[in-house]
Amino acid sequence: MSVKKFMYINRKPPYGTVYALEALEVVLIGAAFDQDVSLAFIGDGVYELTKGQNTDAIGQKNFSPTYTALGDYDVKKLYVEKESLEERGLTLDDLQHLVWEDEDDDWAEKDSIHLVSRAEMADVLDDQDIILSF
Amino acid sequence: MKLSIQINEGPYQHQASDTAYQFAKAAIAAGHEIFRIFFYHDGVNNATRLAVPPRDDRDVSAQWTALSKEHDLDLVVCIAAAQRRGVMDAAEAKRQGLDADNLAEGFRISGLGQLIEAGIQSDRLVVFGA
Repeated sequence: MSVKKFMYINRKPPYGTVYALEALEVVLIGAAFDQDVSLAFIGDGVYELTKGQNTDAIGQKNFSPTYTALGDYDVKKLYVEKESLEERGLTLDDLQHLVWEDEDDDWAEKDSIHLVSRAEMADVLDDQDIILSF
Repeated sequence: MKLSIQINEGPYQHQASDTAYQFAKAAIAAGHEIFRIFFYHDGVNNATRLAVPPRDDRDVSAQWTALSKEHDLDLVVCIAAAQRRGVMDAAEAKRQGLDADNLAEGFRISGLGQLIEAGIQSDRLVVFGA
């Protein structure tokens, strides 16, 4: 089977609707297909990656720990839009530290999150074969 | 061109399924091939056979069943999304110990891998809703 560039765009906050959770489920299943996978976090989608999420009071499942498993699924390109963070008063420090292990570099841990500008994000999206938007 | 379609919203609340239906008909009329239509999120609710819309309104589920019959379309409902929302075929209802099933004719229930495969196999994957 040919390898295509799959991009999953995450635009919604983690709670309030099920889009973020079910997007993550597609990413995890899709990882088994050995495609070239990227994720983009735009707009309120940046909230999906924030650390210290606690859903005790709202009766929703806190699925944010699942993002830390993405590296093990070989999902290692998470593009976060800089302007979206700034517009919400967030910085990279507010996000979980997500890493993947590079087997070609003695299993060194490398950052999965790439902060990109809105203009750079446009280029990243332009480079994809398949875009799934959530 | 070989096309696949993803539908992310339920019927009536949202127009996504109607628009996808019009798109699929137009694509077929223009000579394109529809590889698969995948129903995800609340889109799985398009596959219930128990909806009874008013007589002067369109029947979204029945439209899909008819189009599938006419053009031998592969209508796939995500099993994980369907189980959450109570969309079941007879086999799955039995497996879950439920007393009813509601999957409309022409639809089949399968996994998310079918969506990824559709993306790989098709020239374009067109997403409606969300």
